[in-house]
Parts: sequence; C-alpha cells; structure tokens
Amino acid sequence: MIWKTMKTIFEKTVPGRSAVQLPSLIANDIEIENSQQRGELNLPEVSELDIVRHYTALSKRAFGVDDGFYPLGSCTMKYNPKINEDMSGLSGFSNAHPWDQTKNIQGVLEVIYRTQEYLKEVTGFTGVTLQPTAGAHGELTAVMMMQAYYRSHGDAKRNVILIPDSAHGTNPATANMCGFKTVTVPSDKDGYVDLAKLDEALNDSVVGLMLTIPNTVGLFDKNILDIAKKLHDNGSLLYMDGANLNAILGLVKPADMGVDLMHINLHKTFSTPHGGGGPGGGFVGCVSALTPYLPADQVMKNGADYQLTADTANSIGRVRSFYSNFGVIVRALTYMLRLGKTGTERVGRYAVLNANYVKARLHEHFDVPFQAHCMHEVVFNDTKQQAYHVTTMDIAKRLLDFGYHPPTIYFPLIVPGALMIEPTETESKETLDEFCDVMINIAKEAQENPSLLQSAPQLTPVGRVDSVKAARQPIIKYGA
Amino acid sequence: MSEHKIQNDLYYNKDHEWVKIVGNEATVGISDYAQQLLTDVVFVELPDIGKIVKQFERACVVESVKSVSDVYAPVGGIVAAVNKALETTPEAVNTDPYGAGWIYKLSGVNAAETSNLMDAPAYKTFLDQDKAK
Amino acid sequence: MPYIPHTQTDTADMLKTIGVNAIEDLFSAVPDSIFLKNDFKLPPGLSEQDVKRVVTTMANKNKTYQASFLGGGMYHHHIPAQVHHLAMRSEFYTAYTPYQPEISQGILQSIFEYQTMMTRLTALDATNASMYDGATATAEAAFMLADITQKNIILVASNVNPQYRAVLQTYCIAKGLTLQTVPFDQASGRVDINQLEVLLTDAVAGLFIQSPNFFGVVEDVKYLSGKLHAKNKLIGQIITEALSLGILTPPGDNGVDLAVGEGQSFGLPVSAGGPGFGFLATTQKYLRKLPGRIVGQTEDNQGRRAYVLTLQAREQHIRREKASSNICSNQALCALHSVIYLASLGKKLRELALLNHQHSLYFQKALIAKKWPRTFSAPFFNEFVVKTSNNAAVIQKLAEHNIAAGIDLGRLYPELKDHLLICVTELISQDDMENYENNI
Repeated sequence: MIWKTMKTIFEKTVPGRSAVQLPSLIANDIEIENSQQRGELNLPEVSELDIVRHYTALSKRAFGVDDGFYPLGSCTMKYNPKINEDMSGLSGFSNAHPWDQTKNIQGVLEVIYRTQEYLKEVTGFTGVTLQPTAGAHGELTAVMMMQAYYRSHGDAKRNVILIPDSAHGTNPATANMCGFKTVTVPSDKDGYVDLAKLDEALNDSVVGLMLTIPNTVGLFDKNILDIAKKLHDNGSLLYMDGANLNAILGLVKPADMGVDLMHINLHKTFSTPHGGGGPGGGFVGCVSALTPYLPADQVMKNGADYQLTADTANSIGRVRSFYSNFGVIVRALTYMLRLGKTGTERVGRYAVLNANYVKARLHEHFDVPFQAHCMHEVVFNDTKQQAYHVTTMDIAKRLLDFGYHPPTIYFPLIVPGALMIEPTETESKETLDEFCDVMINIAKEAQENPSLLQSAPQLTPVGRVDSVKAARQPIIKYGA
Repeated sequence: MSEHKIQNDLYYNKDHEWVKIVGNEATVGISDYAQQLLTDVVFVELPDIGKIVKQFERACVVESVKSVSDVYAPVGGIVAAVNKALETTPEAVNTDPYGAGWIYKLSGVNAAETSNLMDAPAYKTFLDQDKAK
Repeated sequence: MPYIPHTQTDTADMLKTIGVNAIEDLFSAVPDSIFLKNDFKLPPGLSEQDVKRVVTTMANKNKTYQASFLGGGMYHHHIPAQVHHLAMRSEFYTAYTPYQPEISQGILQSIFEYQTMMTRLTALDATNASMYDGATATAEAAFMLADITQKNIILVASNVNPQYRAVLQTYCIAKGLTLQTVPFDQASGRVDINQLEVLLTDAVAGLFIQSPNFFGVVEDVKYLSGKLHAKNKLIGQIITEALSLGILTPPGDNGVDLAVGEGQSFGLPVSAGGPGFGFLATTQKYLRKLPGRIVGQTEDNQGRRAYVLTLQAREQHIRREKASSNICSNQALCALHSVIYLASLGKKLRELALLNHQHSLYFQKALIAKKWPRTFSAPFFNEFVVKTSNNAAVIQKLAEHNIAAGIDLGRLYPELKDHLLICVTELISQDDMENYENNI
C-alpha cells in the first residue's frame, strides 16, 4: 500500500458546500446586539461524503486493539467487548439529563450503584466513588482525601508524600497539585521498595506513600505487608495506584494488603476503550476511616430507591461535574456482569500467565533486569542489542513494520532502555507465539542487519517523525 | 556518552553550569556535558531582566524533548541581559554551549564566590568520578 | 469463558514453557495471608443476551420525554448521523494515546484539526487536545492563573454553573488558593460590577465569568476584560453552551486571556453528564503554561507532513513533581466527535446558533402570556429564567405530559425560589412549545 499525504479537512473546503440542512425558522426576532455578534466563522465547507471519506481515511491511519496485538505495558490494552458499546448507547442512558430529578434517572443511579458494589467486593473497601474521570484524576481525588483527613484530624503539618523511584510521573505531579512536597524512595536491586530507605524517609511530616501495586517493573512487592505496617506505625496512609490492578483482580483484595485508599482505571482493568486518549473512567475506594472525605455526591440505595447523599460535611467536594463519564461506567458494568464471579477470578490469573509466557519465550533473546516471576507485564531492556548499536526505540519501530503496536518504551525510568510488555488475558497463545517469533526474529536482525531496525519503520503511513522540530517551532493549528 | 569539551577559562558548578567572570559581570551557560545529557534543547525559558539571584539559586529552565532542567546561578547577581537568540534558535545550546549558547548575564557579581566553584581541571575530575558511578 | 481464549491444553503448554505447575505458583511473591483470603461474593456471569436484558431494564428506568427543556451545562442537540458512525470506527475508539506517531497519524491529525477549530471558534492562539470536562478545565485554568500571576485569590461569579463552582472550590482548597464569589446583579442577571470593584484587591489573580452565564444571559465580556486588565489581572471566560460560539463575539476578540468550557454540544449526547469534553484555550503568551496534551505539526524522515504529541516538557511524565498538572489523557474520542460535528455544520454553525436564540426568545415571549415573567433583563442566548406560579407543581404536571419543564433554580439559588431555567434548542418544535404552554 502506498500512503498518500493526507490533506486536512480545511484544505478540502469548497465555498458554498454543506453537509447539513437546518430545521425551518419559526421566529425572526433577535435580541443579541450586533456588537455582541462574531464576525466570519472560519469552519470547513464540505459535503457529507467528503467528511465520511476524510475521517474513514484518518481511521486507517490509526491503530487500535481491534487492528492487532497491543502489548503496551502499563496500559492494559485488553479487548473492548462490542456489547459494552451497544449498552452505553441505549437511548435511555444517552438522553438522561443530569439535572433531571433523581426519581427520573433511577436507571443512571442504579448503574453507578451496582458498579460501586462490584468494585467494593473486588477491592475489599467500604467507601467508593466513581466521580473521577481518569486514573490521574482518581489519584488527585485520593490525595485530596488524604489532605482532608489530616486537616480534620488537626495534623495539617504533614506535608510530604513518599513516592518510589519507579512510579508513574502522575504521582509526584498529583502531590504537587495539592501543595505537598515529594520525597523519592529508591528501589532495591530486585526492583522492590528499599525498606531501609523507606525507614529513613518516614517521620511525622509524612502524609503517605503512593505505591503502584504490582509495581511498574511488573513485580508484586513481596514486602507489601511490612510496608503497610511501617506507614501505619508512622501514622501515615498507604495509597495504592491501581493502574496495574488487572494482575491481581480476583486474587487479592487491596484492602487486605493494608491499603487505605486506591484508584482504579475502568479503561484498563474493566475493558472500557481508551478512545485514543480518553474518555476514561476513574474510581477511588477507601477504608471506613476515609469515607467521610469522599467526593460529594455519593450514590446510595434506600429501600428500592437510589439517592444522593445529603451528609457531605467533611467531603472534599466535587471533583468534576454531574455523574462523571457515565457512558464509560455503563460499559464497565456491562463487562462486570458478563464476567461475574468465575470470570472475575480468571482475569488476573490469565493476565499473569500470558506475561510470564512471553517472558519465558523471550528471556534468552532480550535482557531481563529483574528475575522474579512477573505479574501482568514483563520488563526487558536493550542491553543485549547495544553491541549492535540497536536501541529500544529501533526495536519498537521495527515492530510497527510487522503490524504490532510496540510495547511501552523507556519506562520505568529506573530501567534504562526499558521495553515493557503487557499482553493482557484476552490474547490467545497463538497471538503470543506469533509475537514472540517476531521479537526473536528482530533480535536476530539486530545482530545480522541492524540498519533494518535503525531505519524502521518502512511500511507505515509516515516514517520516523521529527519531534525536535515540532517542539522547537510549535505549529499547533492549521493555517493562520 | 561521547566526548565532551571543557573550556579552560571558565568556572563550573556541580549542576553543570559554567560561568565566565569579567570584572563584576558574569556570563552563564550550561556545559557541553550538560547539553549532551539533555539531548536536543527545544526551549529555553529565559530569566526576567532585573531578577536577583543568589549563588546556586534557580535562575531559569532549559527543556529538551526528553527532559526539563533547572539552570542555577553559579554566582549571585542581578540578571542584566538574556540571550534572546535562543527564543528562535534554542539549538545553539547544543551546537555551541560555551559561545552562541550562553543563556544570561549577571551584573553586581562578587568574584570571591568562585571559590565555591570548580575550575576546568577540577570539573574534569568531577565528571570522571560522576561517570564512574 | 468470555474474553479469555485459553483452552486447557493452551494453559498446560504455557505452564510447561514457563516451568511451573500451576498458575497460582506465579504468585509466590504475594504473602499467603492475603492471597485468595476472602471469597469474592459476586453473582455468576451472564450470557450476552442476559446482560442485554438486565442493562436495558436499567436504561428503561430513566424517564424519557417527548421534549426536554433542560440545559444548564448539558444540552440536547441534533447530532448528524455521520458523527457517531465515523467516530466509533474501532481503529479510533480502541486505540491508546497516540504515543507512536507512525501508526497514530489519524488520531493525531484529528486532534490537530480539533485544535484548529477551537482556536478559530474562540479567537485565541493556542489550545490543548481537550480535557475531562468543562468544570475540571476551569479548575486547571484557575491553577494556571495563579501560577502566571503568582497570586492566590481566584474570583468567580455566582452566576457561573454551580457544578463548576463546586469543582473550583475543591481544587482551590487542595492547592491552598482562596476562592471568592462575586454576586450577580438581580435585575440584569449579569455580574454585579460594583461588588466586583470591591473584591478586586491586590492578592487577586483574576476572575472567572461565564458567558452565556448559568441563567443563559450574555455578559458584557469586553467591559469586564478591560476592567480586569486595567488592574493587571487576568480574566477567564467559561462557556458551557459551546454552540453560543457560533454567534457571540469570541473570547479572544473580547480580550479574554483564557477560554474554558464544555464541548458536549458539539456532537455528543447528554448521557447523564458525560462523557463530553473540556476545552481550554489561551493566548500565545501562555502556550507553555497550558496543561494537557498538545499535538504539533512536523515532518517525517522523508520530509512529509506529520503530526506528533509536542511540548511534552510541560507534562507530568517529564516534569514530575514540578508539573503544574497531573493530567495525562484527554477526551480524544469526544474531541473527534466534535471535529466531525463541526466539519458537518461548517459555517452553518452560525445559523444554528442563531436559530437556537430566535426560538428561545420566541418561547420566552410566549410564556409572558401565561403570566410567567422573564426574570433578567440582559440578552440571553438559548436559555432564560422565568418566574412560575409553583415550580414543583409545574414540573410535575409537565412531566406527566412527557415534557421536562426546565431546571428548578430554587434548588441551587434560594433567592430564586419558583424560578425556572428553560432551554430551547433546535430539537424543540413549535408543537413542543404549544404542548408546554397548554399544560401550564
């Protein structure tokens, strides 16, 4: 296939062309003065078919889970079931207006309530909210709750959040949004939190630790109970970044680990689509000591009725408008209902089986920095390929030529040249075998013909893109 | 990391800024080693003229596509000039770190503060140790 | 088992390759005391047809209307058929954030087109790739304002959508900023200028107004911008009814520093409040202060036009604890809906906006005959406030005729007891209006 350079929709404009017809006017009076009216509206003039062809062509220059294997570590790119979309699109949901009286949107509240109940059961928490819109938004909600907790306990001097060096960048950024200082806790040589360093960092200014479990190198921290105890003995809280919950879903309840509060991404563990960057869905669960601080409003059940709570005296308040990304919650609940108990109990098991299978098949060809059984994802690096001047970037770009989305690269930061593969449980053995065969072939190419990798990709709509130029002379819109 | 240059007539601090002092005026930039670590510089957030900085205080920020780095003041002073050319050609920090890539000038500098800095040979030793880690 | 394809043979072969006997052996790092400790009390999984029945039953519990006059930040508009069909192509919706530009040009270009359309609509220089919703975009804009001015009081007008003010309050408390409320003028429904004067103290970073405001009233934005700028303060304009951008003077032309708001009106259903998307636009001067994703145009290694996520040094994955925002996603799919919607409407967006205004004005005048006087004198866009005889009774009666009467403002503003906020969009027909009038 020869990829032509795409025009923008603006370049397809033909003055006078239109894709819509408006209803007829029933009145002519206008109250808005001319001085309050805008001048020319510079939007495209195109036909409906122009639009259909343009955005269909753009879709062919995108790559989703439906196009092929998407082992993007830390992102849990599992299959997004089609029934989820159908259910979310039901007109009873899509036309429900958030300002309508609660008695008229009982179905909306029931969806939220049932999703909450499922999440309470799989996490072991007593308090829940589905108001956050994304993982980072859930983190922010949780850190705000920790702040409110200490403020209301007369312990507002606590102003430090501890963050392992393997953490996602969102963790320290979230702490900063709440005015907290951050202290980094190093990992030990096996990829776990360095307990001695944790001890050194603990004092009476520590709010809590933001810990990703399993962590970003794909390991379950075997010292988790010790870590929780150290935090609690210090009067601090343990926050779990639940981005990687998929690995332990149906096996371990976070509340049992001594976690005080956590966030979950509905668009990772609960199969809602990523949409090219959103909309997502967040969730925060917490132990009873923290429930008074959950965002308002809470959805509750009273007899057969679903209601919003009135008692919000200690709540941090609203973290977004209305009932969140409600359409995303419908998708997640649909998935939960499909899985049920047996399905839920298999998710973590098969996600971990798949990752360890990839690790077993590739460990002779790519360096593995940490030896323990991995959880839902496995981290390699480019140490073995460096001898041939082949980098992680080259390996990733070569995968594009074979029709795969590359793994996450250069993260976590503590593994130089990291190549992080997360297959998810929805991929079959054959898919993994084909992928591993390609990876082994790429490792061979790196030795025999490194320029093939260094010049990859060849078969994509565009070649390697100059991101330095983009940042030096930013062009962020078309035309003047 | 490939070869990097250390210019002889400059002082350096451990955060890899260089400073050239003439009288009570100083010119500041980042070292060749620092620009290689940063990779392609895409933006330099220049300090405001008239800003007063103490020695080792943050003066401004340099961004590459991969990282963000604070630029500290190797000596204290008042920002007297900034390298406006970097607004359109930030790559000068990469191509000519000790020349066209200078970032800002300070006035009212106390030359005695260089006793807290490294000269070229000391900086070379410092980098060798750093790389050995 | 739904969505997990492994046969028993597959599992056995894979365990053999790994060198363990059972899947559970892979969890040796998990302490015994917490591994499979508690039973999961969940119902059995359901077949697809059973799930469909269960979920559809829930959907049907929501009341459906022949005509809905509800607005207040979420608006019922017609969505051209191609919008959903194209945006829901699965190459788009099952994709991740476009980190790999070579296979993500479609999503990147759609965001680039989005950025172009939003800057044109707002008459501002720069915008990000969209945000969670209008309320959180406003809160992020408040942080920007405090950061730019290095001051810590944020003013917000009381006629800003209450949901937005609530979110602003939450964020400000966390960050240690002070939020102060500027009352509205009871006669015009606009910001009370005299009260604003009093509140414009030294420590104020800037002001957020909404126009059209929560009462649908168009503010004198140009005057307010001048007032703020004269005191070296910044002004943000919130827009919850994005369609108003089709006809009203855009924020940039009124001197506004930051335009934020909700884009749901551009091609997305109300869906109980989301997903829609937040937008945030500003002047060139503050481009590098913008939170969130931004797409830039560049070239590939053969000099062909290409797009890529850019200016990433602003963001959390690079700046970490120095980042002013933790946001690392956008509402890309919703922004894509809006791009297709705006391409479809094109220059007719102005006509549609005007039609909304004309029809709402027509209906407001019709209600005078029913002895429902208009509350605020200043011009409105497609929503207006009236005084009714008794809100509860009116809402109940109209609901029985499958009409959603409007928003009961007494719930939100005690001083506006028995006042109704009524929204008229192009989906309301003349018959709908007559039905409404005949049942009050």
